[in-house]
Amino acid sequence: MNDLQALADSVVAQARPGEQIEAFVARGGETEIRVYRGEVEHFVSARSEGIGIRVISNGRTGVSSAGTLDHAAIAEVLGEARENLGFGTADEWAGLATPDGVEVTRQSLWSEELAAYPTEGKIALARELEAKTAARDPRIRVDEANYADVMGETAVATTSGVRQSGRENGCYMTVSTLADQDGETQTGFGFTVGRSPIEFDLERAARDAALRATRLLGATKPSSGRVTVVLDPYVTAQFISIISSTLNGEAVVKGRSLFRDRLGDQIASEVVTLIDDPTNPRAYTASEVDGEGLAARPNRLIEAGRLEMFVHSSYSARRAGTVSTGNAVRSGYAGSPGVGALALQLQPGSRSQSEIIAEVGEGVLIQSVSGIHSGVNAVSGDFSTGAAGLMIRNGALAEPVKEFTIASTLQRMLTDIIEVGGDVEWLPMRSTGMSLVIRDLTMSGS
Amino acid sequence: MIVVIEPDVLERTLGTAMAGGAEFAEVFAENRRSVSASLDDGRVEQVTSSRDRGAGIRVVAGETTGYAYTSDLSEKGLAEAARTAAAAAKGGGTGGQRVVSLESAYSRPAVIQRDPRDVSTQAKVALLLAADEAARSAGSEIVQVSAGYGDSRRSVLVANTEGVFATDEQVRVLMRLSAVAAGDAGMQTGYQSMGHTRGWEVFDEMDVEQFAREAARQAITKLSARPAPSGTMPVVIQRGTGGVLFHEACGHGLEADLIAKGASVYAGRVGELVASPLVTLVDNGQMPGEWGTLGIDDEGHPTQHNVLIKDGVLTDYMWDVLRARREGRPGSGNGRRQSYRHLPMVRMTNTYVLDGTEDPDDIIAATDHGVYVAHLGGGSVNTASGDFVFGMTEAYLIEGGRITEPLRDGNLIGNGPKVLADIDMLGNDFAMGSPGTCGKDGQGVPVGDGQPTLRVAALTVGGTAA
Repeated sequence: MNDLQALADSVVAQARPGEQIEAFVARGGETEIRVYRGEVEHFVSARSEGIGIRVISNGRTGVSSAGTLDHAAIAEVLGEARENLGFGTADEWAGLATPDGVEVTRQSLWSEELAAYPTEGKIALARELEAKTAARDPRIRVDEANYADVMGETAVATTSGVRQSGRENGCYMTVSTLADQDGETQTGFGFTVGRSPIEFDLERAARDAALRATRLLGATKPSSGRVTVVLDPYVTAQFISIISSTLNGEAVVKGRSLFRDRLGDQIASEVVTLIDDPTNPRAYTASEVDGEGLAARPNRLIEAGRLEMFVHSSYSARRAGTVSTGNAVRSGYAGSPGVGALALQLQPGSRSQSEIIAEVGEGVLIQSVSGIHSGVNAVSGDFSTGAAGLMIRNGALAEPVKEFTIASTLQRMLTDIIEVGGDVEWLPMRSTGMSLVIRDLTMSGS
Repeated sequence: MIVVIEPDVLERTLGTAMAGGAEFAEVFAENRRSVSASLDDGRVEQVTSSRDRGAGIRVVAGETTGYAYTSDLSEKGLAEAARTAAAAAKGGGTGGQRVVSLESAYSRPAVIQRDPRDVSTQAKVALLLAADEAARSAGSEIVQVSAGYGDSRRSVLVANTEGVFATDEQVRVLMRLSAVAAGDAGMQTGYQSMGHTRGWEVFDEMDVEQFAREAARQAITKLSARPAPSGTMPVVIQRGTGGVLFHEACGHGLEADLIAKGASVYAGRVGELVASPLVTLVDNGQMPGEWGTLGIDDEGHPTQHNVLIKDGVLTDYMWDVLRARREGRPGSGNGRRQSYRHLPMVRMTNTYVLDGTEDPDDIIAATDHGVYVAHLGGGSVNTASGDFVFGMTEAYLIEGGRITEPLRDGNLIGNGPKVLADIDMLGNDFAMGSPGTCGKDGQGVPVGDGQPTLRVAALTVGGTAA
């Protein structure tokens, strides 16, 4: 048995009669290397650990955490969580997850190859990505080339019988570019992700970063009007993350989801099948268990446009009169778990982006969006975001455009989706990308 | 609570960090304790306490910075982190090992009247319950309310090989409330937040119920909102809400790290007219009690009152130690980091535009057709192209010089230098705005902003209506 599980167990063993306790223990490490003009600009190497304890008694919840696994501190944390629960409102649905019999899908989330990868090799990768990117085009300057890896070990234990531990690691590289021409500067970016550096595709990241910046040179503000948009894979990933927030069981039970009464209804066009599948090992956020230690599992949220289910933690499920879908999420050891999708993906179509563009004929390719956090209201459904990209004319990419917004509502956009691309792109985020075609958005420019 | 590491331990740790031949090393130690309480759906869901303590060690050798952090503040733990950081920075060093001698400690902790630690959790929870009740009683349209309270105490200690030895304590309190209203046309949201680098005395002066009713009013008002217009038009921004415009339109672009890499439209423009002559922009980390206020920055440099733009002319950028050292100039107190786990960067503190002369009512009256923004959400900027967006969460149409119908949420988009030049009316009603969290390179830090009512002659409003 590993030491983290033993530690979590030892906290849970201190439960008093009538007390439910959950202990979540984590230990992790990270490496971050940034290269600029061939030199290492910074190198961050660190390890950290911490514990979060949740105590529930008579329907009241208290939480406490500390960024250390020191025994004296853990005793204080447990004491504080107990003290804190005295101030909560009793909630008949409060409680911890209980084992639900769903088998954990074991995955290889730990790469020995990455764990043993030499530091010099990581630096060399960042240098190589910078050099490859700069070599793509004389107008390109590389703003930064980064290598990052993370490793984490976690263990969770509860008085209700959950006991899970595991470890995982992963790595990714990013590069951001500046392209200069005639006193104007545009920016681009590229990614590559993997369980281990041998899965990296540096050429692809370099090409994307160079192309995205250079093809925006000379961009102007377009005139306003209604347009069909083709979202680039990275933009699609951001869009489906927002959609998933409306399918969050906690938002549903608290009346904040605009789809709360629509289970079983056709809420999207028939080309839309949205799956949350953390058991797909290709997903960067693939995981064996959720934030409460229940098995992570594939869930089909929208099937051919029909709303099939919401995602739940044990708490939201209890309130909704259903069972957890294995969608408790945690951001580190502090705090208590919320609800969310773990690894989202639209069921891909079959065509490449260029085939899609040829079919669309007239429209706009949206290469990047800005202000998604400020311009989208997932409660009302209003959607408005800054954008940059290229016009599509006669089935081909035409002049670059920038400093405009695209707007609609989430409800309308789902039903206005015409096509899902086959160009699946794995990204260092909770959603996978592919091209997506949505008709009838309002473009605001000059 | 205060981080105590003896000067001789710090000196030996810095010596270890420099042993590989670096030019600069720094120890940043932090001890943070916080309490938060959240209310949702009529219940105080949970009260949470958290604690985090550790130190980050930075070693600069040539162009390379090595960084390591540890939660072990013993001399042994610090030495290990120092060796890791030194190894990470290896290769660039030209300096030799030298004996570090720290000056006497510099300290400028915030003055607070009532320490939130001395206030019962019951009183903190009572605030949330009172706010919930006030928001719900504002109208039968209110169907959901969530609210949060938080206080934190952050003690920091900074020592570096240039002899800096400084400590600070930052106490902050925060409250937020979000209301959802439902009507025939769906749901709408209202939001209010308040945050200060002060103690519990803030709540003696604040009307929590009024604060809650304001969020509820915003949500109810928007139930009858029409889609925002689409296109370019004059936009009037209410005082105390548009600071985010300057934060995005030029604040980030004036950060010296972005300037050094030529990733800002403001690079090489000191002394030039970069904004309407009406605009004087200040970044002030000393402003008493504000959300972005600090005694010292996270590199041990005292915070300052820095004029960035004076009457439209760019006067200076914002600096951290690293960039200022390279330029051979003094810092400006803008080196900040989220925690000991993070490298410092150039960041804003409280960024605001000084008063103009116009009566705010005259600004509206002088606008024939446009948008009046009463509440802004967040924003973001591409500093290299200057394009920025910010969201409006409460806005109205201006028709014939009068505020008329409410509008649904949307983003506004513009280009920084152009928007700054297009500010054609500036009010005399300056106010600071709501607390913000500024994100850069994955790190969030508390920032404040403020401005008088103003008009931008042409901004693109990203709605859906013709």
